[in-house]
Amino acid sequence: MSATIRINYREALRQGLREALLRDERVFLMGEDVGRYGGSYAVSKGLLEEFGEERIRDAPLSESAFVGAGIGAALNGMRPIVEVMTVNFSLLALDQIMNNAATLRHMSGGQLNVPVVIRMTTGAGRQLAAQHSHSLEGWYAHIPGLRIVTPATLEDARGMLFTALQDPDPVLIFEHASLLNVEGEIAAEPRAVDIDYAAVRREGTDLTLITYGGSLMKAMDAAVKLAEHGVSAEVIDLRTLRPLDDATIVASVVKTHRALIVDEGWRSGGLSAEIMARIVEQAFYELDAPPGRVCGAEVPVPYAKHLEDAAIPQVDGIVAAARDLVK
Amino acid sequence: MNINREQALGYLRDMTRIRRFEETCAEVYSAGKIRGFLHLYIGEEAVACGVLPELSRDDAVLATYREHGHALLRGVPARSIMAEMYGKQEGCCRGHGGSMHLFDASLRFFGGNAIVAGGLPVAVGFGLADRMRRTTRITACFFGDGAVAEGEFHESANLASLWKLPVLFLCENNLYAMGTALDRSEADTDLCEKARSYRMTAASVDGMDVLAVAEAARAGIDYVRAGKGPYFLELKTYRFRAHSMFDPELYRSKAEVEEWKHRCPIEAFKVRARKAGLIQDEDIAAIEADTAREIEDALAFAEAGTLESVENLTHDVYAREQRVAKEGAS
Repeated sequence: MSATIRINYREALRQGLREALLRDERVFLMGEDVGRYGGSYAVSKGLLEEFGEERIRDAPLSESAFVGAGIGAALNGMRPIVEVMTVNFSLLALDQIMNNAATLRHMSGGQLNVPVVIRMTTGAGRQLAAQHSHSLEGWYAHIPGLRIVTPATLEDARGMLFTALQDPDPVLIFEHASLLNVEGEIAAEPRAVDIDYAAVRREGTDLTLITYGGSLMKAMDAAVKLAEHGVSAEVIDLRTLRPLDDATIVASVVKTHRALIVDEGWRSGGLSAEIMARIVEQAFYELDAPPGRVCGAEVPVPYAKHLEDAAIPQVDGIVAAARDLVK
Repeated sequence: MNINREQALGYLRDMTRIRRFEETCAEVYSAGKIRGFLHLYIGEEAVACGVLPELSRDDAVLATYREHGHALLRGVPARSIMAEMYGKQEGCCRGHGGSMHLFDASLRFFGGNAIVAGGLPVAVGFGLADRMRRTTRITACFFGDGAVAEGEFHESANLASLWKLPVLFLCENNLYAMGTALDRSEADTDLCEKARSYRMTAASVDGMDVLAVAEAARAGIDYVRAGKGPYFLELKTYRFRAHSMFDPELYRSKAEVEEWKHRCPIEAFKVRARKAGLIQDEDIAAIEADTAREIEDALAFAEAGTLESVENLTHDVYAREQRVAKEGAS
């Protein structure tokens, strides 16, 4: 058995960054407070000292300019990692992400490609209220031309960045803020991970819980509780929201005949609706019950803890919805 | 005139090519061969014709949705541009981009951006890459006076200046952001002042005078290539035609347009070059004949072009296609 290390999600992200900077001199990190401050979530702490100001670039609070600059630098031979502090601020760079990064390849008749990686934290759970708690990754997954990845495990937190940098297309990485301090054991040597496939994180036979990012651990905890109630839940971690890995989802639903989607994003017009639609399109006759979902409440996420808790998926709610589904 | 005969013929040829090409575009648009938006550069030719020949092949060029002329002078063949506007797969972007999105990566011509000021942050990134890789290349970014009202202009100007990036900002000030006059959209209509407020060197030039433009462009290019940081050049010009083919021009008077037409960059240049003995009537006729042939060829090429198969519709959305299924998965 190979050696393992104890590490948290934040450190895993940092290892991934460091590895990328060491392996490819075209790689640089650019964003707000990534350098001297050490990253607003301390992810890039120490990297400025190791790699210098040229490659660890503090940018002014100009999301549109520095995200666009990442796109331009990628078109001109570099492999930029752009850090946008949170998904909420990424809205200030939406023009660049949607109108340039996502369109340039097709619009140019296949002449251009934009190998930029844009990282941002996402999600609620830290009492940061309505403007700092969005889960818009599903919304970004609406856009053809982008790849959307959501590392939910330590291995993925460390490995997805490097894979994303090898990709010729723009990749957006959404790191859920509530995961940053999660600890665990992983292989000491970084391993390559793919950014194409969903992963079955727990095998089960009675229903499939389909989720990603910050909700994965909740779904895993829910699966443990469900087992106590005699319900065997399979848990799928989508990992990549665009393109979606239909095959893994459908294979699981064909086995369990029931599906429950857990998505911190809003229900209306959201990712959960898309997954549900694909299940219905591709596995309708395999279903023993209508697919269900546990989503973020249709409200700007409130500050007060009890209200915030009620606004996003929780273990008990997942358990209750799952038990309803297998009745 | 501080140029020789060959140069004079060059400028006249460049400006004539753009003018006639654009006139033809308008005609075939009216005939329904080109659809979508079509923004003509007629009246503004001296800007592109003064600037582009001063750049080197390694430099990058980014432009706006009024970019047929820039593409043409950068070396994109007229037939390739025309076929693009016809929506044919022989077009420079296989008919995916159309009039507003012309690209030719081999010529380092990077569009073709239809979001006002949307190209500026990208140009800053081009400059950043060149600076990090210690090249002597520069990036020339064209945009209009309307872009100056956008946050992306201010963010980009600041970032380029802060990091001393090799970007030449070329503001084609034609006095109207679509239909909104500059003095109705800017509290301060001195655009150079805005650039200077970011500690960027800035200059303004008569954009109807191709030689003045060329001289001003050279100064800017030398400055940027020497590694002194970005440079802002305002080119004061005027659009003779409507903003696009859908514009009834309610926002400006016919008298104003006529007044500017008297300053036509091509006619003014002909008068000066003739007076200086650099060109004769036969030269003008020869250039017109060559241009007519080039455009005729472009039209024939576009007409004969073929339509991309709809089966390819979703190709080239990604450079790497999705892997369909994991080995062993269903």
